[in-house]
Amino acid sequence: MIEVDIEQQLGRFHLSVAFRAEAPIVGLFGGSGSGKTSVVNAIAGITHPQRGSIVVDGKRLLDAAQNIDLAPEERRVGYVFQDSLLFPHLDVRANLLYGRRLRPRAEHFIDEDRVIELLGIGSLLGRRPIALSGGERQRVAIGRALLAQPRIMLFDEPLASLDASRKAEILAYIERLRDELHIPMVYVSHSVPEVARLADTVVLLAEGKSVAVGNPEEAMRRANLMPTADRDELGSLIDTRVVEHDAGERLTTLAFDGGKLVVPLLADAPGERVRARILARDVSLALRKPAEISILNILPGRVTSIGGDEASTADIELAIGAARLVARITRRSLREMGLGVGQEVYALVKAVSFNQGSVGYA
Amino acid sequence: MPGLTPDEWSIIALSLRVALVSVVCSLPLAILVAYVLARFSFPGKMLFDAIVHLPLVLPPVVVGYALLVLFGKHGPVGSLLDQWFGIVFAFRWTGAALASAVMGFPLMVRAIRLSIAAIDRRLETAARTLGGSGLWVFASITLPLALPGVITGTLLSFARGLGEFGATITFVSNIPGETQTLPLAIYTFTQVPSGDAAALRLSIIAVVLSLIALATSEWLTRRVDPAGRQ
Repeated sequence: MIEVDIEQQLGRFHLSVAFRAEAPIVGLFGGSGSGKTSVVNAIAGITHPQRGSIVVDGKRLLDAAQNIDLAPEERRVGYVFQDSLLFPHLDVRANLLYGRRLRPRAEHFIDEDRVIELLGIGSLLGRRPIALSGGERQRVAIGRALLAQPRIMLFDEPLASLDASRKAEILAYIERLRDELHIPMVYVSHSVPEVARLADTVVLLAEGKSVAVGNPEEAMRRANLMPTADRDELGSLIDTRVVEHDAGERLTTLAFDGGKLVVPLLADAPGERVRARILARDVSLALRKPAEISILNILPGRVTSIGGDEASTADIELAIGAARLVARITRRSLREMGLGVGQEVYALVKAVSFNQGSVGYA
Repeated sequence: MPGLTPDEWSIIALSLRVALVSVVCSLPLAILVAYVLARFSFPGKMLFDAIVHLPLVLPPVVVGYALLVLFGKHGPVGSLLDQWFGIVFAFRWTGAALASAVMGFPLMVRAIRLSIAAIDRRLETAARTLGGSGLWVFASITLPLALPGVITGTLLSFARGLGEFGATITFVSNIPGETQTLPLAIYTFTQVPSGDAAALRLSIIAVVLSLIALATSEWLTRRVDPAGRQ
């Protein structure tokens, strides 16, 4: 569990962030300059908030009122930086073991072999960081942080400098850590897909303030309130279970409270939980159930609110069973369809609008 | 050029000993000063920086005279050191080492400071989060990464020590076998009518020693790249 309640003046920037999460993975989400990195730096003890407290797993790392402010080396946080920051004068093995040697044996919960196996870095051990690719560097950085036997892992945009396929690869490794080690994590990102795929609790930051704390579905729908968020990224999250695969047509059917979704074939076994992200601009609306149409996902729902402040578009929020879905349509469609709150509609989502980044293990 | 005479050997040995002792003793202080100058800002930093660099621009005679006044037998520092520790600099080879340490100090500090300033400080931050105390991080991250500067600074200061003349002769005089290093011996030979040949021989030796020091520095800096680039 992690509790953060801090205030800090950084030059002209005022940081005022409070959240509390039981969840193993907390996503810190916000645009650039929203204070995400400042929050993890405060958790790591690199910066020192003037007021407030930080508690991780019952351990008080900071309590300004009681003059508690542990040094970074006493906090046991595993910090994975955006640009990995491996020690250039040490080889991969020495980098991995740097922190492990500094912790008393009684605090060890993970050994070298396990980390090397988890991250698939066995073949890199003798190399210097300069001879590694970006993805390899980031895996070694994660391993180095883990072997320092942390209470909590902090990830500060760990995928920012990687290309798309490396991103997917590192995300999969981070998911392995979550599922096999059960170590709490704070994951900082300005990318909706990353936060949506990983986080159990999302903290939305804007201009140094925590503006919303909640589950990812809730937070993602509120992301459109944020001036800094990328409006094209607005979407909804739906937690589903795999029902069946159609290997012949390479499709997978997912079920959720409210209906079924057909998406391109997934590797997950039937029964497994999968979180699907649907971008608002990928959802169309119809007043009657369409027939003779290529779209495979036709979901009956009811309009719960109409928002969006742009002149040309409107964001229509729908209830589909217990799930929420946002559709972005033009103001003209809104007017011509005569949509109003409480109206029954059909939401149309093309199966091909899902990709690897938007459907993943939850 | 036939083999060296025993006198020449002893002059070379004394010069090497003076230069070596001077760099070994001044290195820890130079690293500390370089670190402070590279990393901290404080009131009076400009003045402190200027004082460290002073020997580089002052006439060496002035440095030698200042050492004589401070570290001489009756000087304020010299008399205390003699009383408490029995350390005497005046007219001893140790005084020659002190003079060459002071003259080489700015060169050493400059080189080390530059390489400390070039280190990404976030590497040190990362090391702290991994459990390293400040001192341990300095020893395991900062110092190894600054190694090229430490090597360059040490060799520059060593070469400077081999050539030190003005401050040495002013502070500890020109005593054969005790304070007469290579440059002082050359100077002595140029002052006597038949000394030309001996002065030339010693000058060639000085050139060879300096070349060796420079070549070693070059070779080491190329070999010792902390990041392991080829």
